[in-house]
This record gives sequence, structure tokens and C-alpha cells, in this order.
Amino acid sequence: MTDAPLLAVEHVSKQYRLPRERLFAAPPVVPALDDVSFTLQAGRSLGIVGESGSGKSTLARLVMALEAPSSGHVRLDGQDLHRLEPAALRQARTRVQMVFQDPYGSLDPRRTVGQTVAEPLALLQGAPRDEQQRRAAQALEAVGLRAADLAKYPHEFSGGQRQRIAIARALITRPRLIVADEPVSALDVSVQAQVLNLMQDLRDEFGLSYLFISHDLSVISLVCDEVVVLQGGRIVEQGPPARLFTQPQHAYTQRLLAAVPGMEPPTRPAAGAAA
Amino acid sequence: MPDIASSVPISRAKETCSSAATASSPASEPAQADPLLEVRGLSVTLPTARGPVQVLRDVSFTMARGQTLGIIGESGCGKSMTALALMGLLPEGAQVSGSIRLDGRELTTLDERALCALRGARIGMVFQEPMTALNPLHTIGRQIAEPLRLHRGLSAAAARAEALRLLERVQLPQAAQRLDAWPHQLSGGQRQRVVIAIALACGPGLLLADEPTTALDVTIQREVLELIGELVAADGMGLLLISHDLGVMAQTVRRLLVMYAGSVVESGPTADVFRRLAHPYTRGLFAARPRLGLARGTRLATIPGRVPDLAELPPGCAFAGRCALAEPACAAAPPPLAEVGAGHHARCIKPGVAP
Repeated sequence: MTDAPLLAVEHVSKQYRLPRERLFAAPPVVPALDDVSFTLQAGRSLGIVGESGSGKSTLARLVMALEAPSSGHVRLDGQDLHRLEPAALRQARTRVQMVFQDPYGSLDPRRTVGQTVAEPLALLQGAPRDEQQRRAAQALEAVGLRAADLAKYPHEFSGGQRQRIAIARALITRPRLIVADEPVSALDVSVQAQVLNLMQDLRDEFGLSYLFISHDLSVISLVCDEVVVLQGGRIVEQGPPARLFTQPQHAYTQRLLAAVPGMEPPTRPAAGAAA
Repeated sequence: MPDIASSVPISRAKETCSSAATASSPASEPAQADPLLEVRGLSVTLPTARGPVQVLRDVSFTMARGQTLGIIGESGCGKSMTALALMGLLPEGAQVSGSIRLDGRELTTLDERALCALRGARIGMVFQEPMTALNPLHTIGRQIAEPLRLHRGLSAAAARAEALRLLERVQLPQAAQRLDAWPHQLSGGQRQRVVIAIALACGPGLLLADEPTTALDVTIQREVLELIGELVAADGMGLLLISHDLGVMAQTVRRLLVMYAGSVVESGPTADVFRRLAHPYTRGLFAARPRLGLARGTRLATIPGRVPDLAELPPGCAFAGRCALAEPACAAAPPPLAEVGAGHHARCIKPGVAP
């Protein structure tokens, strides 16, 4: 158990069935993931890069045990998540938490921040109320908010603050792995920088690992030790960001990199030099 | 004088009158002397539950024909509100002061009927989310034909033929088969091409694009931006691009406005703005941007604090509370526009040059 990596994804495939088109024909299937394997050691972070439809979010759902793979295994600390009994899965879920893209959609507007942040504790560990509130206050302070904010409602916060609340909710079970699906892409540039810095601080402070899903290569290179490039449900390239982003081997990675808008002035002829 | 006037036959006078009326319509010869778009001292106040809030303050800029201009800033800075004001689509109860002139014609005083004749004809619009801009219940051919039939009075057959030509122009693959396709059958990038085709349909003088690629993947984003750039250059249209992405701006527009809390804080040629970074806010935006090639664990520079509430803006510089260079004079009165280079201005008493 001690030797097992924090997360091991082994030959995972996932097909989604589409609605039947003809009465007597088999319904068509979409392969969302195709034989995907990687491991993540504790304390390290892995980035998943790819375009819409490449299977990034399906992968996140499988790692969170929200869905079962069609074949293959997802192991957390050596335990196959999809073979666990419900009670054991519940326990395993304290070790892996998720942060979603849209901080407006992922917080319930009718619950206070305190209720939202403490919910995983209440559900997963059945902790007593005062313990829940104490830990919720700690989690809020860890993400740079105040304990007094527990009584407020989500609409009283800006987008960046809401994402901090979502991170606090993920932190409260003291997870070892946080699956973050595009956690900063809905935020403004200056707020994005604050949240990225916070995520790095939390990693150093709590020894967290991130499975960081993003379409933004520059964000990935900042947070991750290793990157996996997904295209059409397959891993086409894998490696440390420094190498992957300076010497991309696969044509798709090269295309992704070439498309990142740089700071060079427009290439159109009329747009020439400093006028 | 009265003699000369009376010597003109009545029928002739009528003719002059009616031709003068048509001459004042868009795209006429004398209008060429005016800039395409001139915005002067535009301020907009919206009624809210907490009383009137000024969302745009004294915004001024000029666009020549065929010029590309970008507006950059963060949520709530007023960039989309500026676009809505240009189109006369501000929320109910908005109070507008200042002037917006398109082809020399004042827009702020036009009635809804006149604005309808303008939107889609002289001003083409491309929005962020192509799925909500398109009507899911109409084929794309019909949606492209709509402005052609409305503004140019084309017959159904002629509009359909023109729609096909437009789809080919925006490089939608298999355009002929796609005329009868529904929006849900297209990918995000293809839908945005259709929206661009609708915007171009009547040959507008001004193309307004509000975050046109934010919902798209990076590789598609590049294709769509290149397409917009080509079309704008080919037709000599003015492009007003609104985005929060500095990289997109660098590649697409020649002039740039940086907005903060409803005001333009810096304006100038894109290359100069990026080189000088004269306003502290522009500098802060640049420093906060994650860039490819930064080592893992690099901490990004952040702008401390957050955007002030528009209802409670300080009397002086709106950025002063977050600015490392602020001094008492900043809080006292709004800073004047300082010229920092040719055609390059910053609203700051200590405009700097990046080291």
C-alpha cells in the first residue's frame, strides 16, 4: 500500500451509448476514452490538456468515481475505486475532492457558505456540528477568506472569492488529491493569478496533488510536474511541461502550442511596426 | 437671396430636397471626410436597486475606416456596455450623455426604428456564445438570409444564393449542403463562422465582436481570429474587438483601449501600449498573465485588492486603492489624460514606462 502511487489509471476506456437509431440495429457508441494509462505519485501534480471532446472531463468523472469505466481500473492508493463497497467508497472519497470550472454554478445560492463548505464533512464523516463549523472556518482561512464569511451567501462574493469557497469545500476533508476541472478559466486575469497562487500555496502547505484539467497550456506549466495530452480520447503525448512545451513531438501538441496567442504584434502586412 | 430661391422651379427644389435626404444616408460620398466612428464623452448611468450607477464615464475614441480597435479589461469594466451603447441596446432606463457618431450621424438621439435600420446593416455583430446567438429553430440558411431580406429587400431565392456565397466566404466546409443544416448540427467553431456570415451579410462598415472566441478551443480560436482579420482587411471594415485576452489583442488589433471601472485608462497603438505599459493597471494585467515557459511553482504577480464597486467609486482615480504608486493627489481628483507617446495616452499622473 505504501508503494502504490496515489492515483493509477490503468488501461481505462469509456464508451457512451447513443440513442438507438434503428429498431433492430445495435445503438451506436462514442468512444470517449480509449486505453488511457498514467500514474500520479503523492505530492506531484498532473495536467490534462486537450480540446473540447478529447475526453478530459470524462477522465475526471471516472477518477471521482462518478462513473464507471467500460474497461480498465482506476486505483487510489492501490484500491480499485470502482470495485469498492459503498461504505468503503465513501471513505475513499474523503481523499479525493473536486473543484469545478464555474464558481457561479457550483455553489448552491440558497445555502450559506458555512453549510456549503461543511457539507462534505457532514456527508462523508458524520462529524458533530461544532467540529464541522470549526473545520469550515479553518478551511475558509486557508483560502484567504474570513471565518465571519461562513454566515454569508454566495451572491455576496465575487467570482474569485467563490472559487476560493469551492476550494475550501474541497479542502475540508483533508484530501490528498484534488481534481480541478478548468478551475481558473472562468476568472479574470488578475483574479486567475490570485487563485493559481493560492492553489500552489495549498499544495506546498498540505502536500496536495492536483489532477489539473485545462485547455490553457501556460496555466498547466505553472502548476503541474507532468502533462498528458489527450486527443480523441487517447493520450498522444506525455512528459514534463518544460520538455513538452519546448520540444513537442506529436503533431497535435505542436498544433496546440502554435495556436496559443503570443504577444507578438499582428502578422498581417498592414499592421507593421511601431507607428 | 430670396430672388434666387424663388427663381428655382418648384419641381427642381423638390428634387434637390429628396436627393439631399438620400445623400445623408450611410455610405454616401460627403461622409467619407468623417471618421467611421467617433465617440465623445460617452457616459452611461443605469438605474439599480441601490440607486443610479454610472457604468461608463467620459469614454472617448475615434475609429477611422478599416481600422481595428480593441477594448480590453476585466468583468464589469464597461467594455460590453460600450458595445451595447454603440448598438443602442442598453438596458431599459439607461441614461446616456455624450455623443456617438457613425459615418458622421449621431446615434444617441436616433429612435428605435432608425436603429433597427442600422443594426445588421451598417453595424455587424458577433457575440461570445454562438449557440445563443443563433436561433435553434431555424436553419442556418434562413438565418443568414434574414438580414438580406430585411435590409436589402432581396427575394427569397436571391437571399438564399447570397447566403451560400457568404457561407463559402467564411470557409464553412460543404457550404451548399449546410444551408439547410440546423445550428445543433454544427460544431462551436462552425457556428461562430455562421454568426460571422450573418454579421457580414449586408456589408457593414463596422464589425463589432464581443469576445468572439472565448467559448472556442485554442486552435479554433486562431482560425476564427484569422478569418475575422482577413474579412475585415478585404472589405475595409472597421473592427471593434472586445476581449479580456491580451494575446488575442496583440494578434488582431492595431489600436487598443484599456478600460477600468467604466473609464478608458490607457489608449494607443497596440504595440506601443504593450511596450510602454504606461498605466499601472495595464502593467498589473501584464504581470498577472501566466505565460508559457514559466517554471513550475512560479508565483504570479497579482493586483492587490479588487475592482471597486461602481456605486461607490472614489472621487479620484478608481485604481488608486490598488496601485503601488498611489499618492494623495491620486485620491483627490480624477487624473487627466497624459500623452506618453504619439497617439498614446494614459489616465495617470505618473504614467510610467516598463523597465
